Amino acid sequence: MRKAEIVTAIVLAILSLYFMWKSGEPPAWNPDAGRFANVGIIDGEGPGSGFWPFCLSFVMFLSCCWIMVNWFRGTSAPSQSTEPFLDAYGRKMLLLVGGGLLGFLVMIEIAGFYGAIFLFMIYYMYVLGRHSVVQTLSIATALPVISFFFFDVAMRIVLPKGYMEPLFIPLYDIFL
Amino acid sequence: MDILTSLMGGFLVALEPLNLGLAVLGVVVGLFVGAMPGLGSVNGVAILLPFTFVIQSMTGSATSPMIFLAAIYYGAMYGGAISSITLGIPGASTAVATTFDGRPLALKGQADRALVTAAVASFIGGTIANVLFTAFAPPLASVALKFGDPEIFALMLLAFATFVGLGGDDIPKTIFSICIGLVLATVGFDIVSGEPRLIFFDITGFSHGVRFLVLAIGVYGIGEMIWTVNSSRYGSTMSEVNVSFSRVLASIRKFHEAWKGTLIGSFLGFFVGILPAAGATPGSLMSYGVAKMTSRNPEEYGKGSVDGIAAPEAANNAASTGAMLPMMTLGIPGSPTTAVLLAGMVIWGLQPGPLLFTTQPDFVWPLIGSFYVSNIVALLVNLAFIPLFLWMLRMPFTILAPLIFVLSLVGTFAAYQNMFDVWLMVLVGIAAFFLRLLDYPLAPAVLAIVLGPIAEPKLRQSLLFSDGDFSIFFTRPIAGPITIIAIILILLPMFRLIRRKIRGNITT
Amino acid sequence: MSIRKRTLFTMIGAAVLAAVSLPTSVAAFEPTKPIDFVIMAGKGGGADKMARLMQSIIEQEDLSARPVVPTNKPGGSGAEALVHLNGASDPDHTIMVTLNSFFTTPLRQPGLDVDIMEFAPVGRMAEDTFLLWVHKDEGVSSFDEFLAVAKERGDGWVMGGTGKNSEDNIITDFLNSNYGLSIKYIPYAGGGEVAKQLVGQQITSSVNNPSEALGFFESGDLIPLVAFTDERLPMFPDVPTLKESGGDFSYFMQRAVVGAPGMSDEAATYYSDLFTKVYESDAWQEYKSSKSLMGDFMAGDDLKAYWDTQRARHEDILKASGAIN
Repeated sequence: MRKAEIVTAIVLAILSLYFMWKSGEPPAWNPDAGRFANVGIIDGEGPGSGFWPFCLSFVMFLSCCWIMVNWFRGTSAPSQSTEPFLDAYGRKMLLLVGGGLLGFLVMIEIAGFYGAIFLFMIYYMYVLGRHSVVQTLSIATALPVISFFFFDVAMRIVLPKGYMEPLFIPLYDIFL
Repeated sequence: MDILTSLMGGFLVALEPLNLGLAVLGVVVGLFVGAMPGLGSVNGVAILLPFTFVIQSMTGSATSPMIFLAAIYYGAMYGGAISSITLGIPGASTAVATTFDGRPLALKGQADRALVTAAVASFIGGTIANVLFTAFAPPLASVALKFGDPEIFALMLLAFATFVGLGGDDIPKTIFSICIGLVLATVGFDIVSGEPRLIFFDITGFSHGVRFLVLAIGVYGIGEMIWTVNSSRYGSTMSEVNVSFSRVLASIRKFHEAWKGTLIGSFLGFFVGILPAAGATPGSLMSYGVAKMTSRNPEEYGKGSVDGIAAPEAANNAASTGAMLPMMTLGIPGSPTTAVLLAGMVIWGLQPGPLLFTTQPDFVWPLIGSFYVSNIVALLVNLAFIPLFLWMLRMPFTILAPLIFVLSLVGTFAAYQNMFDVWLMVLVGIAAFFLRLLDYPLAPAVLAIVLGPIAEPKLRQSLLFSDGDFSIFFTRPIAGPITIIAIILILLPMFRLIRRKIRGNITT
Repeated sequence: MSIRKRTLFTMIGAAVLAAVSLPTSVAAFEPTKPIDFVIMAGKGGGADKMARLMQSIIEQEDLSARPVVPTNKPGGSGAEALVHLNGASDPDHTIMVTLNSFFTTPLRQPGLDVDIMEFAPVGRMAEDTFLLWVHKDEGVSSFDEFLAVAKERGDGWVMGGTGKNSEDNIITDFLNSNYGLSIKYIPYAGGGEVAKQLVGQQITSSVNNPSEALGFFESGDLIPLVAFTDERLPMFPDVPTLKESGGDFSYFMQRAVVGAPGMSDEAATYYSDLFTKVYESDAWQEYKSSKSLMGDFMAGDDLKAYWDTQRARHEDILKASGAIN
């Protein structure tokens, strides 16, 4: 936990610096304007477009420094903790669940929302949750079907179908 | 007297079988749309707008379609609390504050009590607002017009101020959280300069900004869920809840414990709601903050206080009635949903504007009557559905968790119809999980991204007026006092801290 | 993403289906799935109202075999919508309602890599008009009085508008540079909010569309001084045009429907026919006259030529005001 605290604070400090750098970026159509030209207070107009993002990112940076100081002094709870940041269970869980979510996203791009929901439910319920095949399959099938009727048919929100699109054309024919 | 007779006439029309039926249907639709994370009253109203064209050609008047849409609006406001309490995901920005106490109470096994409190508080908030609306609509409209940019900014500052105490014990981490929320709120197109800002890594997806729900669903739907999976180890269910109607009744009887939060929410929510540009979200956030500040035991807030549920819920319903006020009296939208309602009125052939009350009384009064009716219907429908929503909580965790993940992804897509936002939401969620482990409070970031996009343009518009002179926030008659109160509230915790330090030094 | 592969799949799917169910229809395009109807602005604005009216007309008159599904993509002053259309996976089912940010946003944000001439010209439904409005308590009742008072007040005269370099900003710049004024311009989130600021006298004048200010015109709170059109508007017969007052300037907002780049000619023809029917419907004509909209229906190459002149004009205007170089 102690190591994670300082690593996170450093990463966030770098992120803050990047935000500050990005705040001062000149507009795309006019690269000659010069970086950080927009972060000051413009006479008669008040703060420029980059003023608030720049100042707030700077405060972010300062608070990261404060977090680091607290870490050196050992005054914050995570910097005193000797517990591991993520134990074996936590690491395995994060890999399985977080990995599952990223897989879900990739599947949406390929098989669309409905195909991806089906596969994700099977993965989570059967592989992670050890539910029975019947229970898994019934929920994994019911959920996309209910979603289709709720979103595509009732709410008229057309969810992406990926490469499964042609399969849905007969359904559009009937329900829409 | 005139108002009462008009209102009575309005009730009679609102209670006609067709109109009553439409109100019931609208409330049920709204309840489910609102309960779905990502979808809110705006979606429900916008999607059913073409359908109202059909109702209009059937009945020949604009009254019935409007009653239907207004009922969806109310239903969705009730529904928003449901996902906040049972799933822990604020389905819409108006229900963010409801998660602060609704979720902890549900985890304590009292989800039924949380849901009942939310429903009854919503009803009281809505009804108080309706009475205020009926009695004072025209004078309040002129007050709303007095609120220019400096006033709205001062109000946003006040909303921030009521939340200063919300963060965790770690001061730098709380400051970090507020600032990152505010910075993310500035991403994308800046209306004042007309330039895109902070397009991270030059990815065009950032040109439309980091949206509220991307952060809120990421933090609560993904981050919090992974955290729960991690900390519950091999635990099987979220919480033990017994579903029975007698428990619902018992919770209703215990509602009086939340009267204070309800009253604060009802009045504050209504007054903030009538101000154009503010809407229901700042109203519900401020009500929560004020209820906590004035409470005798503020330490209970965030751990399942019923006042902490009642205040924002009463406020968001009161504010949605409040937002109808500038819409009906001036033809100005007070919230995104009323903007769509206005579009509907135009489609049905009405001309919204200051003359609506005088030229279209046959439209206005039945609609006001229907506000009262819809509120009663919404309360009854909501209470009847509570056992169904509680049943969700009893699912084994290995079914509920993937269900929440699916709802988070689908809900984010449904809200913005953009795959980029879905990817960003999941990445935000995973980052939120790590920050959660290290005690970074994330609620301030979520609040900042709600209030930031309202506050920043108002600040800069005000400064354009004053040629960059900050004194505009202190010299205007309405903005001045609000700004000063807000600054005092922000400084107060610091004074307390210093005083505590001094005392601590003396005793040691 | 391999768009070509995906369209190939869709085409195979569609071909299989066409072969199975509709052996007679060969050349004519019919939508096979819900039509993505993108609105380049937020919910409740002028463009949104029109899009939802078009959708309602299509649904009510049953003009389309598949529903038209409106989705608002207001982000980045239209950038979000333009990028979405540019990368549409199925251009034959993706159309968009545009405003003038269709011309200005690609000029201002070259990084988007959008060429508007690649979009399919489905149909121009109307041209919205602009008038100069003041509050009745301002004591100004004609354009000449306005010029005198605005000159006297210098930058104490405040014009509200809908964003830097938007339509009303362009008009304000024109007034400032041609009449020696120094009106201060303050951008707001939308035309409705601008009208509200004017009614509450937070600002001193606005350039609103008639549809945004009509309610306040009828109640007498707002007074139109001059129309930025070529001829007087039928709804405001007493309001002179700027041309009558000696200024050589008129400005309109296009309300057009466009198809995604890469849309097939058959599909473009189908949508042009669809929106011709919408244009000719009573509901649309009534809306057009009651909201003081101008402009006839325009499609195909005519519309493209119109875009070309409009784009060139906006480029000149933006260059003149220093918004691009």
